Amino acid sequence: MIIVESLTKTYGGFTAVDNVTFRAEPGRVTGFLGPNGAGKSTTMRILVGLTPPSSGSSTVLGRRYADLPNPGREIGVLLDASAQHAGRTGREILTLAQRTMRVDRSRVDEILDLVSLSEEESARRVRDYSLGMRQRLGIATALIGDPEVLVLDEPANGLDPAGIRWMRDLLRGFANKGGTVLLSSHLLHEIEVIADDLVVIGNGRIVAAGTKSELLEAAGTFANAAEPAALARALTGAGHSAELSLGGVRTDADTAQVGQVALAAGVPLTELRPADGAGLEEMFLELTKDNAREEVAA
Amino acid sequence: MSTAVMENPQVAEPARARSQHAPIPFRTVVGVELRKAFDTRSGFWLLVAIAAAGVLATGAVLAFASNSDLSYDSFAGAIGVPMTILLPVVAILAVTGEWSQRAGLTTFTLVPHRGRVIRAKFVVTIAIGVASMALALAVGALGNVVGSGLKGVDTTWDLSPTSILYIVGADLIGMTIGFMLGILTRNSAGAIVGYFSYWFVLPTLSMVLAANQSWFEKAQPWVDFNFNQGNLYDGGLSGQQWLQLGITGAVWLALPLAFGLWRVMRAEVK
Repeated sequence: MIIVESLTKTYGGFTAVDNVTFRAEPGRVTGFLGPNGAGKSTTMRILVGLTPPSSGSSTVLGRRYADLPNPGREIGVLLDASAQHAGRTGREILTLAQRTMRVDRSRVDEILDLVSLSEEESARRVRDYSLGMRQRLGIATALIGDPEVLVLDEPANGLDPAGIRWMRDLLRGFANKGGTVLLSSHLLHEIEVIADDLVVIGNGRIVAAGTKSELLEAAGTFANAAEPAALARALTGAGHSAELSLGGVRTDADTAQVGQVALAAGVPLTELRPADGAGLEEMFLELTKDNAREEVAA
Repeated sequence: MSTAVMENPQVAEPARARSQHAPIPFRTVVGVELRKAFDTRSGFWLLVAIAAAGVLATGAVLAFASNSDLSYDSFAGAIGVPMTILLPVVAILAVTGEWSQRAGLTTFTLVPHRGRVIRAKFVVTIAIGVASMALALAVGALGNVVGSGLKGVDTTWDLSPTSILYIVGADLIGMTIGFMLGILTRNSAGAIVGYFSYWFVLPTLSMVLAANQSWFEKAQPWVDFNFNQGNLYDGGLSGQQWLQLGITGAVWLALPLAFGLWRVMRAEVK
């Protein structure tokens, strides 16, 4: 369980994290979604005590991170797979973690096996690792203490499709055993497949949070007709919202209601389906757009 | 009854987790930091270089020193010079690797109290310093016995335990300077450049100034830390010299170290 309450971080006049509040529940994968520079990594760094917050608080398993007697045994953290001493071997990095956490030496081999790093690969220095191998090593470091909570920042970066699939199964299994997973991504589709809950952040603020199904249901229905404008008029006439967009109409009415309205109005439908992630995606693109504009201005 | 069964595991779950793990003892942090001083190429070769320089220096004294110069002081001194220069670099790298190589992201999440990690690094630095100097003195003693035996002269033990203590003290101050520069810059290259300026540039400037300006010659012992540290190698400090060492040490070492530590405790680890 992770609880983040009213977390704020300002750098001079810039607010990187703005009054962020959310929870990651045990037994669930919580996706922390937002465009690059939205404040995901800063929030995660504050959570594990690497960055001091300007105000607000956060707890892991009911305690402040700094009060955990042996943090690696309770929370596994992967913030940046490249942040390792390039001159150490993969095995040495795991050994250092194993010794610090005081877990059994055999865990090093167990965990290398779990993340599919071979004996030969583990003896190589990290400077010769691909990004995918570094991610696997980072996940191994996070898992070696057998924690109850996982916090992973963009863990799918650099993994090939098979690696992404492996990671998804690993996190699913971890959550199914009662673990808490918080993982960030700037890719909506990547997180849609794995997360149970979503926290969407943009420009340092939480813009949406809830279970994935809640957020997807809120998206409503997508329909199209030979004359989309006529369909939109009919829907508004029946008291529903109707938003004309490229290639159709999005409405808060459910599919059955849209069918009824279209029939009554004599507008033949060419397409009718739940909008699924469309709403979420639009919101997300909107966020990304704002962000991109800022970068151009700056 | 059924609700009690439902609730119990949820209540019990965090409690079990809390009592399960003992705090990480300080000796574990020290052990890990000691390992980290040797487990990279730079760290490993640096220590090999220190040992090799000691052996080479012994060989050089054996080969080139005249019979009358063949004494324990010559051996220990020859071994001590490369060590005095290289050991502070060990101290620097122990600190700066966490930032320059960004290993601190893992180190400081596994041990969230940065003060403990920094203290462990200091303990390791001093331990490596003491062990290296003990080794140097042993190699020097061996060289002295072998050398005098080979050349058929009396073995001269002209280094008193007191002067040994002074030398060890001076070298440990040197390592603490390296440690301080590492803490202050948190950057390997910056700290090493800073260290060599501290070691060679500032003392030279101070020496030139003292040679040309008589007012500075009088002031030098009160402002030049390196000058006072150098006195330790000669041994036998007067009360005033200790005071001068203390004052210049406070200004050039303790103060910047305190400032660096204050920043390290608060800085972001990125």
